Amino acid sequence: MATVSMTVNGKTVTKTVDSRRLLVEFLREDLRLTGTHVGCDTSQCGACVVHVDGRAIKSCTALALSCEGKTVTTIEGLANGATLHPMQEAFREHHALQCGYCTPGMIMASVDLVQRNGPGVDEHTIRRELDGNICRCTGYHNIVKAIAAGAAAMGSVRQAAE
Amino acid sequence: MYAFDYHRPATVHDAQGLLKDGAKLLAGGQTLIPTMKQRLASPSAVVDLGAIGELRKIEQNGNALVIGAMATHAEVAGSKTVMSALPGLAGVPGAIGDPHVRNSGTIGGSVANNDPAADYPAAVLALGATVITSKRQIAADNFFDGLFTTVLGEDEIITALSFPLGAKFGYAKFANPASRYALVGVAVAQRGSEVRVAVTGAGSNGVFRVPAMEAALAKSFTPAAITSVKADASGLMSDIHADAAYRANLIGVMAKRAVEAAA
Amino acid sequence: MTATGIGASVRRTEDHRFITGKGQYVDDINRPGQSYAVFVRSPHAHATLKKIDISAAEKAPGVLGIYTGDDLAADKVGGLICGWLIHSKDGSPMKAGAHPALAQGKVRYVGDHVAVVIAETLAEARDAAELVAVDYDVLAPCVDLAKAQANGQPQVHAEAPNNTVYAWHLGDKAAVDAAFAQAKHVTKIDLVNNRLIPNAMEPRAAIGEYDTGQGGFTLYTTSQNPHVARLVLSAFNGIAPENKLRVIAPDVGGGFGSKIFIYAEETVCIWAAKKVGRPVKWTADRTEAFLSDAHGRDHVTTAELAMDADGKILALRANTKANLGAYLSTFASSVPTYLYAPLLSGQYNIPAIYCEVDGVYTNTAPVDAYRGAGRPEATFVVERLVEVAARQLGTDPAEFRRKNFITSFPHETPVIMTYDTGDYDASMRKALEMADYANIGKRKAESAKQGKLRGVGFSAYIEACGIAPSKAVGSLGAGVGLWESAEVRVNPVGTVEVLTGSHSHGQGHETTFAQLVSHRLGIPIEQISIVHGDTDKVQMGMGTYGSRSGAVGMSAISKALDKVVAKATKVASRCMEVPETEVDFTDGVFSGRGTNKSMAFGEVALQAYVAHKFDSSEIEPGLKEGAFYDPKNFTFPSGVHIAEVEVDPETGVTRIDRWTAVDDFGILINPMIVEGQVHGGIAQGIGQAMLENAVYDANGQLLTASYMDYCMPRADDLPSFDVAMTTTACPSNPLGIKGCGEAGAIAAPAALINAITDAIGHENLAMPATPQTVWRAVQKAPSKMAAE
Repeated sequence: MATVSMTVNGKTVTKTVDSRRLLVEFLREDLRLTGTHVGCDTSQCGACVVHVDGRAIKSCTALALSCEGKTVTTIEGLANGATLHPMQEAFREHHALQCGYCTPGMIMASVDLVQRNGPGVDEHTIRRELDGNICRCTGYHNIVKAIAAGAAAMGSVRQAAE
Repeated sequence: MYAFDYHRPATVHDAQGLLKDGAKLLAGGQTLIPTMKQRLASPSAVVDLGAIGELRKIEQNGNALVIGAMATHAEVAGSKTVMSALPGLAGVPGAIGDPHVRNSGTIGGSVANNDPAADYPAAVLALGATVITSKRQIAADNFFDGLFTTVLGEDEIITALSFPLGAKFGYAKFANPASRYALVGVAVAQRGSEVRVAVTGAGSNGVFRVPAMEAALAKSFTPAAITSVKADASGLMSDIHADAAYRANLIGVMAKRAVEAAA
Repeated sequence: MTATGIGASVRRTEDHRFITGKGQYVDDINRPGQSYAVFVRSPHAHATLKKIDISAAEKAPGVLGIYTGDDLAADKVGGLICGWLIHSKDGSPMKAGAHPALAQGKVRYVGDHVAVVIAETLAEARDAAELVAVDYDVLAPCVDLAKAQANGQPQVHAEAPNNTVYAWHLGDKAAVDAAFAQAKHVTKIDLVNNRLIPNAMEPRAAIGEYDTGQGGFTLYTTSQNPHVARLVLSAFNGIAPENKLRVIAPDVGGGFGSKIFIYAEETVCIWAAKKVGRPVKWTADRTEAFLSDAHGRDHVTTAELAMDADGKILALRANTKANLGAYLSTFASSVPTYLYAPLLSGQYNIPAIYCEVDGVYTNTAPVDAYRGAGRPEATFVVERLVEVAARQLGTDPAEFRRKNFITSFPHETPVIMTYDTGDYDASMRKALEMADYANIGKRKAESAKQGKLRGVGFSAYIEACGIAPSKAVGSLGAGVGLWESAEVRVNPVGTVEVLTGSHSHGQGHETTFAQLVSHRLGIPIEQISIVHGDTDKVQMGMGTYGSRSGAVGMSAISKALDKVVAKATKVASRCMEVPETEVDFTDGVFSGRGTNKSMAFGEVALQAYVAHKFDSSEIEPGLKEGAFYDPKNFTFPSGVHIAEVEVDPETGVTRIDRWTAVDDFGILINPMIVEGQVHGGIAQGIGQAMLENAVYDANGQLLTASYMDYCMPRADDLPSFDVAMTTTACPSNPLGIKGCGEAGAIAAPAALINAITDAIGHENLAMPATPQTVWRAVQKAPSKMAAE
């Protein structure tokens, strides 16, 4: 057992955990942030994607202890209070989710994707960059549409802020 | 996972001191952690290199591009230094895994693990890179030692990879449709009159060079030059995704595409 | 149409919790005092269990209990059941072996359940599970479906000689033989319908809990049909009487059939909760899901089509071996029989059809319903046959289909179906136009210039949804009725709760069902809650599968709403002092015809509860009505999908250039959701056709037991889809709905294989058409062979 401290969704948390504790287990079991899901054992499905220091990673493939001092954002921390993140809005507006299980990871990956590729990201890039996230329900059609729309909305939000 | 002790040293020296009695290094964790989760690895201790900032540097050092072992695939793929020094190389980490894996996985981890389907070993071998460790410098030709095996000692830590500049380099990957690892990846490097062709994903003994293609490309560095050079299927892997004959075909096709893409 | 009524693409009300991470899936639930279960699974495909030594494991830290099949037997826990009795053609009932939740005597597939270890933490349970020492006497396994019935093969169950569970048939053999004897042309094909693993993204999970005070059990489970689970766990497994057994299926992360069934794990967890006196939680990891979720498809078929000189179809015959795995899963027996052969008429006038199906045991995971269940297999047979026949006859495949389409309804097929309505040519015409089929020749030439092979393929599918009526399915061997129930509870302020037996695990029922209520009662959907997935709230239901929730589940709600409106009309008539026959109800307002009297729905609801204005000996107070709806026929969604592909002959990579889908689902409640169902179905069908394959080696080891080897469709494997609808309202239910959940998965495989075979120039191509398979097929193309 060892102690780890990190900032999760803006709050500093300190917990004593088993060295085996994965970041996803830390979030789900120790912090009870169950929006981050586990869909596979081989780091492929992306249901567990969260942001660590601003970059998307698979929280099933990181030890909690490795995140000492880092800043973690999960799906629960994406909205600004009652105001949804533009990508969350876009997923709802474009029916980019059905069962909802892959959705948190998909949205976190999408935000990261847009941050790296800009608000005008095209369909080809979106599809290529989604290869770390598996959805069984939607056939990706509406996810791709939602990300394009969410990207544009993120761009205009940023513009408005500038 | 089985239980283990966790260490997070601040220096390479400290890390080296902890590498004993079945301890394992944790770099990006993209192979080690899944392997431990499946209880296929049971290190007594995990030595996490994540806090050693000096291992992340990417710099041009004289006639070499030196990439710190803990530089992530995303950092290398997006590095302006890499783009100006060895533009073709950026495509290699850019083809690994997926964006999230690229944000965690590291060049040192990839090279040390020497997965027969990993992308970096082909580039390292084709470019004649040097593996810099906590103890010595090892030429790529002498580094890889079969499946998941290298010449690294138990308490030896890769600190950086050094790529000599001045090569035209291209990499073409045919991904396994399921895992997205390389089913066949071909790296091609031309430096003066020398051409090196290295293949990953296909060899049953790991990454290997293709002398016949190298000779043909040394005469003419064009896709057409290797159209008639057939890769030998013997010694290639066969699995449910690709048998040896199909892999041999892909080596030819990917080699041509790597030459076309070389920059 | 109101803004939130039938036909509006209302944004889903359930989405907010999912996009904010507030969904509640089973693994998100932790119960006080919860312990963790890990199953010890067989590493062998076939072995005798000589001894299970738990002595070391029992002493491991945190262990609360370790149980084996003997413990279940001692407690008289019944085995897992198969709920559909099939009779062989000789009239004998199917021959099934026992299916204990924890193995007794033998293990029969890799992943079979040997023991359960329950401990304080998951890590402790895993550690202890490794200490359970099992002495196996390894037996030769029977793995190959094609050989499984041969003499001398290893026997999976002694009860089923030659591993044959049944040898079933449907249709008129003599008529078919006679038609083939007269045929001018016969097309014959051999097909393998590849085995698939459903892979809902949420792995299965269960929490069993026993309340010693109340003496009752609660099971949280990833189920598509919690009431069926309760019924089976109670009546067959003997866990507890139904009134002492509550089953909750909260948010469920996809099912696709795989969460219909009652599995060993939940049966053991709920039983063990009482044994250890603690809630017991089990969550599958993905490898367990691969090994032990019921798989899908896995047929080997020979099929023939007979035609006359004009290219009119005379007859079809098919012989199929269907792999059922090592045990019969809950509905396994029905999938390759009554959900398969009755669909072999497709959209075509086929005077005679005969189909023989052998259900076969092998030492592999149980096989059961997976999205489409039998109907994708049938469509693949029919649509490959007609495509190949057209090519052999030198006829345009679209024209060949049109020439043979059924055009008048109702239409009775030779395989027990009566198609109620449809306009197949309308879908075909629309699809041809959308796909720009007229210019396919030009596009093929363009591709050829680039060294690529372009092909186009059709699939004109039919499916049968909302299996019914209950009396008819009972006569075919079903162990349950296939109606649905609903209860509409109007609260005194006019808000509404609808209790339904249809579970929602991605289909958006919380939105579409509310749309129906909004439409009928004229109230906004914000005032409507859809309640499902809890046997303590909803009295009974049959669950969600077979694209039945619209046609059957919503029809039950509609029937209950009829009763609500009828009663509210009575109440309104008394309140307004207008005769009942002169009370109109439109847009949520009751009004007296020819008067200026009116009452909003909410006011009438309040009056129903205060009961001041009517005689309660004549009208009962309150406003709550229930209904059970049993459909009078199946529904028959149909459509045409057209795939257009470009093959790279150097690598065998197939790029899907465009996908056109024109479907007739009858009346649509929410077009946005319907299109989403189509997209997802197509993706799974494309997955089957070119990516996914469950592969066992000769020893019965599953080689595709993770996403490293089982290829899931990803965004860059797929195109965007061009989806459109035609409409013929279904006459068999009050809403005109046909069902849309499975269509894409049914249509897509044949369309894609037809397209790739068109591109490569011959028909010898197996699913999945992976790059290697296509590359090899290109090497064998006649043009290539001629050139060599």
